[in-house]
Amino acid sequence: MNRAFLFIPLLGFIAMGILFWIGLGQEDKTSLPSPLIGKPFPTFILNTVESGESTNHLPQEPVLVNVWATWCPTCKAEHAFLNELAKEGVKIVGINYKDDDFKARQWLQAYGNPYLFNIADPDGKLGLELGVYGAPETFLVDSKGIIRAKHIGDLNAQVWARLQPQFEAMQ
Amino acid sequence: MKHIFLTLCLWFPLAALATVDGYKYPFDDPQDAARFEQLAQDLRCPKCQNQNLADSNAPVAVDLRDKVYELMQEGQSDDEIVGYLVDRYGDFVRYNPPFRAETVLLWFGPALVFVFGLLLLVLIRRGQKQPPKPLSAEEQARLQALKNKAKSS
Amino acid sequence: MTNLSGMLPEFGQLALIFALLVAAVQMVVPLVGVRRGQAWLMAYARPLASAQALFLIISLVILAYCFVVDDFSVAYVAKNSNTALPTAYKISAVWGAHEGSLLLWVTMLGCWGLAVAWFSQSLPLDMVARVLSIMGMVSVGFILFTLETSNPFDRNLPSMPQEGADLNPLLQDFGLIVHPPTLYMGYVGLSVVFAFALAALLGGRLDAAWARWSRPWTIAAWVFLTLGIALGSWWAYYELGWGGWWFWDPVENASLMPWLVATALLHSLAVTEKRGLFKSWTVLLAIFAFSLSLLGTFLVRSGVLTSVHAFASDPERGVFILALLGICVGGSLLLYAIKAPTVASVGRYEWVSRESFLLLNNLLLLVAAFAILLGTLYPLIIDFMGMGKLSVGAAWFNFMFVPISVLLALVIALGAMARWKADDLKRLGSETVAAMVAAVLLGLAVPLLADGTMNWQVLLGMGISFWLIGATLLDVWKKARGRLNRIPQLGMSYLGMVLAHIGVAITIIGVTMVSNYSIEVSARMAKGDTETLGDYRFEFVDAGHIEGPNFVSDAIRFRVYDGERQIALLQPEKRRYNASGSIMTEAAIDVSLLRDVYVSMGEPLADGAWGIRLQVKPFMRWVWLGAIFMSLGGLMAMLDKRYRQRKNAPNNAVQASTAQEVTA
Repeated sequence: MNRAFLFIPLLGFIAMGILFWIGLGQEDKTSLPSPLIGKPFPTFILNTVESGESTNHLPQEPVLVNVWATWCPTCKAEHAFLNELAKEGVKIVGINYKDDDFKARQWLQAYGNPYLFNIADPDGKLGLELGVYGAPETFLVDSKGIIRAKHIGDLNAQVWARLQPQFEAMQ
Repeated sequence: MKHIFLTLCLWFPLAALATVDGYKYPFDDPQDAARFEQLAQDLRCPKCQNQNLADSNAPVAVDLRDKVYELMQEGQSDDEIVGYLVDRYGDFVRYNPPFRAETVLLWFGPALVFVFGLLLLVLIRRGQKQPPKPLSAEEQARLQALKNKAKSS
Repeated sequence: MTNLSGMLPEFGQLALIFALLVAAVQMVVPLVGVRRGQAWLMAYARPLASAQALFLIISLVILAYCFVVDDFSVAYVAKNSNTALPTAYKISAVWGAHEGSLLLWVTMLGCWGLAVAWFSQSLPLDMVARVLSIMGMVSVGFILFTLETSNPFDRNLPSMPQEGADLNPLLQDFGLIVHPPTLYMGYVGLSVVFAFALAALLGGRLDAAWARWSRPWTIAAWVFLTLGIALGSWWAYYELGWGGWWFWDPVENASLMPWLVATALLHSLAVTEKRGLFKSWTVLLAIFAFSLSLLGTFLVRSGVLTSVHAFASDPERGVFILALLGICVGGSLLLYAIKAPTVASVGRYEWVSRESFLLLNNLLLLVAAFAILLGTLYPLIIDFMGMGKLSVGAAWFNFMFVPISVLLALVIALGAMARWKADDLKRLGSETVAAMVAAVLLGLAVPLLADGTMNWQVLLGMGISFWLIGATLLDVWKKARGRLNRIPQLGMSYLGMVLAHIGVAITIIGVTMVSNYSIEVSARMAKGDTETLGDYRFEFVDAGHIEGPNFVSDAIRFRVYDGERQIALLQPEKRRYNASGSIMTEAAIDVSLLRDVYVSMGEPLADGAWGIRLQVKPFMRWVWLGAIFMSLGGLMAMLDKRYRQRKNAPNNAVQASTAQEVTA
């Protein structure tokens, strides 16, 4: 038997060790990549939170679509940043996910309303179409209604620094 | 979050409560009920990522169970239902990984190792040391000659 | 006095530091002795190992004492205990989380070292010195890890909480008192085998004597591992509340991999001991077995795997364990690559021989372990290569394990009865023809009798189990030459093997039946309602509240009828633990050899009704009964008298074995 063969287990182990080393460095292992990127925003007919009127489309310009709820503590944490973004002129559409319209309106009054409008999704139907599994989640949607990117978790300055170039390049 | 880790380090992950809301999903045909159970077991909850849809009580798991039931009532096949969820949540939600170029090694890996191992067994047996043969007459003579030489020198 | 007892946690930590120092000395001094050929240095190995174990035990006992007296100034106690916690659970809370379970882990390592020191009288001194020195190295690594990253004696000072956060309710249970220590004994026990293997490599004496010394230790660790896994499965079954007993979860997989490799090692050691063959292979398996138990520790504690771990994972810990893993596994594999013998062993065997069958069995067990490793790590690989996220779950694992177990069961029986060196397929065939016929007939009969339809899985599962039992018993009968009273003379080792193999069949029967014939129904039930499932009728008698020591619960009483006869009164509960507010489902189970009746409560509904899940699980107990058989078999084999011989010539094993062909 050739001694070289006896090194095979060691090499296998080293390969595994490298894998683990990369694994330890990885952050945010819970985020799932969305298969919807590059696909059109799903169709919907839902009411808005603000007026209760029916709506079925997003504005035909680049927008952030932010999925939020009053029962979601992280949403509260990100809300101030959304307000800032809105002040800078970023268009944000809200999806009020599995929530109560009345509570949502109270929240918007109390903490400010960064949204162009809010789509009420009380049963999470639109959320399911979007592959939402926990608020907050944010989608970048271009003027043709194509989903360009998705972020899971709260939107903050760090995340925005990464997303902003993509958002501004979008048409 | 500490207590989650606490369970993990022992043996079993983020265990939850039994999900016992099967009464919400009535089926006329017991075979459909079994199908539903199987589907729920083979789909992974995207939120509490260590559980399947049957065992998870996360709100999104409940929604997805409802959806699976709804799609079954519409008469969709298992593949269509899994496809529907994969289109929205990605391959992550199926516990039974798809067969594709990047999963070929996953599906055939164990079989390959088995075949490779069998080959190795054959080689090992081939490589067995033969018991030493008795010396031939010619070799005997040479040995004797060597011995004599050693003595004389 | 009060001052001294207030400083107990510091004494615990001090004991741990002493253990570290002793382990460091234990690692160096005996090995120097071996190098220089100085027996008096080598002789330090045993007392040092004992001292190390003593310090570790002191440390563990002090931590347990802190739990019992509710010393919440110790951060770990405050996080995992509570004044209202029953004392038994206070003690089991010691290993209820990362830090304490690590302390338990190293203490057990120390205790195995102690056992080696005591029960190694027949070993040459240089071997003992090397083995204990290597175990000292492992100890140094893990005690250092405990002290550096996971010190259970860290204090909550100056402000200590008045009340503890309570032990996770899932762990407040008998199963969790016994399961982790048993499993850890198994994991850590493999370190002894590992140390023996490295010592043999270092000393250049991979011989039959080495194999014979290793065998009882391997069996001991394997018995603990078997029981530990079975206990874990049993605990998950009744405590998690939905009747699942195996989930192919990464944490479970981490325990199954070393078990499979240790099983392969047991059999490979038999060949090395009896025939002096496969030495390189056996020593590699010994390294693998312990490496996989370390790998399990790494996967579970570092947060590399499944996302949920990410919350609690501590990067520092992950890096530390990875470094330990690298030194320990990488170092031993390097030593193996350099020192393992490349010369094929002397000794011939034919294609049909016990050697071949045992090799095949080794291969199958290793393929099984590889499949688990692959299934566990594949999602990581895909993720890192930027190809998205995948899940590999029960469906895949079951798909892989059905063919492997079928082949394995076929080979087990043949390997146990075949002769060393050369055998004859015709002989094997003619001797087992009765078992084959019985297996096919019974395999066909079971699914037809059960529900009248042909089920291939059941046919296969039952067929191979009957084959395994039948062929094994036929072999016993033949070796006893048809006389019952000769059976005990066949030797503990052989009979232990028979018992363990029958255990495998029992587990396969249990798994087959419970996976294919379990029935269940989920129903909305209120007082007075009845529900029928299979042959059983469940009557909701009444509902009420129970005040536990640290929880309150809703409970329902069910009467279970088989026809008109009441067979059980079951009382599932839904508990709310006061300290944490967590809700736990306590299932109620009526146990019998042929089926379990399992009732668990879901959500409360309107008008006092509840969502109820009723299950009947045939042959559930057999899954664990098989594990008990396997463990008993291992225990018997360990008691075989040839392991208790003192001071025997190192190389008589091969010759002795030819006279004793029967035993494995």
